[in-house]
Amino acid sequence: MTEGGSGAATETLELGLYRKMVEIRLFENEVQRLFLEGVVRGTTHLCQGQEAVAVGSCSVLRPGDMVTCTYRGHGVVLAMGTPMNRTMAEIMGRSGGLCHGKGGSMHLTDVSHGVLGSFAIVGAGLPVANGAAWSAQYLKTNAVTLAFFGDGATNIGAFHESLNLAGVWALPLIFICENNLYGEYSPLRLTTPIDDLSLRASSYGMPGVRVDGNDVMAVRQVVSDAVDRARAGNGPTFVEALTYRHRGHSRTDPAKYRPQEEVDQWLARDPIPRLEALLKERFGVADDDLLAVRVSSEKAVEEAIKWASASPDPTEEALLTDVFV
Amino acid sequence: MTEITYRQAAARAIAEEMARDTRVVLLGEDVAAAGGVFKATEGLLETFGPERVRDTPISEQAIIGAAIGASMSGLRPVAELMFADFAGVAFDQIANQLAKYRYMTGGQVKVPVTIRLVGGAGLGFGAQHSQATENWFLNIPGLQIAVPGTPADLLGLLKTAIRSDDPVLVFEHKALYTLKGDVPDGEVLVPLGSATIVTEGNDLTILATQVMRQRAQKAAETLKARNVSVELIDPRSLVPFDFETVQRSVKKTGRVLVVQESPIAGSWAATVVGRLVTECFDWLDAAPAVVCAPNTPIPFADSLERRWIPTEQDILEAAMQLLGGEGAAMAT
Repeated sequence: MTEGGSGAATETLELGLYRKMVEIRLFENEVQRLFLEGVVRGTTHLCQGQEAVAVGSCSVLRPGDMVTCTYRGHGVVLAMGTPMNRTMAEIMGRSGGLCHGKGGSMHLTDVSHGVLGSFAIVGAGLPVANGAAWSAQYLKTNAVTLAFFGDGATNIGAFHESLNLAGVWALPLIFICENNLYGEYSPLRLTTPIDDLSLRASSYGMPGVRVDGNDVMAVRQVVSDAVDRARAGNGPTFVEALTYRHRGHSRTDPAKYRPQEEVDQWLARDPIPRLEALLKERFGVADDDLLAVRVSSEKAVEEAIKWASASPDPTEEALLTDVFV
Repeated sequence: MTEITYRQAAARAIAEEMARDTRVVLLGEDVAAAGGVFKATEGLLETFGPERVRDTPISEQAIIGAAIGASMSGLRPVAELMFADFAGVAFDQIANQLAKYRYMTGGQVKVPVTIRLVGGAGLGFGAQHSQATENWFLNIPGLQIAVPGTPADLLGLLKTAIRSDDPVLVFEHKALYTLKGDVPDGEVLVPLGSATIVTEGNDLTILATQVMRQRAQKAAETLKARNVSVELIDPRSLVPFDFETVQRSVKKTGRVLVVQESPIAGSWAATVVGRLVTECFDWLDAAPAVVCAPNTPIPFADSLERRWIPTEQDILEAAMQLLGGEGAAMAT
């Protein structure tokens, strides 16, 4: 699912993963800049640092597979191959956006690329993901659904209802918990009496797997196994991907509630330099090739912003469309 | 014409639509093996099998969420909430997800979800199993709301709901399940947003749904004996609302009484009265009147519940008061 980016068709899988992660990082940096400049309004939740979870997971999908994600979902949306220009236009509230400007950053949806929705209510995407998986099971399409959510969502009722139903119906679904250690401003240890969230899977009769969410190849492997299991009709899997958001919860939150030592530790585990090291050491990729990816990704993001900026605001007629009035 | 019960109408509507379209599936608590706690889905499991008629855990968010997700990816689910009050458990899925999905995504998806909710008081189920919760959803754009009051209307509205590409909440009144009524032979479809004139009249318009329609009909018969001619209208769906039929009637009668089985605040009765006053003021010979329940939770004791639900006598008294001197003259 790497279409829609700037990658060449002949690029290796690993370099393709790198490109996608770099694109997401640069895209998010630009969204942040545009927000601070007042071009992006409302609020926005950025995913710098969590790119490997989105890219590793979505890289194993086939056309027809589906995902639901969270309000911190720009990365998953781009990892599904959604056009960057229309994604940026949606975040900017323009008529050329994925949802014609009616959804915004928290509701990015692109059904044609399998993105069934981004959910702004914590945990609300999980019950809907169940429905998509149920539909695939009933229609025998062999499609799988990935449901992305944060650590905070594991304490909301919809999470438990969804895992239970998916377990008892053996749905072709993978629950992917992006555990970035903070539910909004609160550390996990103050809100949750266990620190290994994958333990929760056992209550719902499904395997729970913990993975280093900053290691894109490890994420890919774990999700690939879970997807195989789902396609074989053996039901859902719960994947807990340990990761970290480089920025605050939303908007201009400086995240001062996080100890500097912790931030430094996680910045040292940044998934992008880690993948660069791996590419060089194991796959013999040259520095110049990595640089070329970064340069072309920068250009792709720049062009997306240019396209989005040129897209007009929605006209007043759009107010009354797409709903029974 | 065949006579069936309101209960049979629900099962028949679902069965006909399931036979017509394999994408139609049913899910809910005890809808399959048990045939529904009100036996309104009896026989469907046997006819259509466990893949299409699915019992769920007691998980209202999961039920509605599953219906939403499935509706966006090829199915046309009918979800049952065993009691309409349980919509409270699933409120986020209904109010924030279901209602807004099509709009928020710029029309990328259709959300053909039908939710059947069993509402209404009168059977001693207490405060949390008796409410007319259709009123909760009036202020949420994106939801259609049907309130069938007869077997034929339940049959026709439920079938229309299942065929709608936008979500419809169909409220079935539990005290009506034994109600019998004729349904036409062949396919019965009642459009959403089409009121029915139950009895024609010239002196007074009464609007009522479900059990209140039954009581208003009796009151209208009593009034007829007193030479008061009542036009009784059942809106049948609250969203869309057939305001034109109401307007035409009020233009003729100049007087309107709205009867509803719930408190007035934030209700359809309040909404209609508001529209009549703002849009039809010049035609009104008297201020619109409302007969509704007191602003309290629904009490359990028989004596209290009977008093909570508006009675035929309440309707008669309100009608006579609304008719004023004219009514008194007619009554003599």
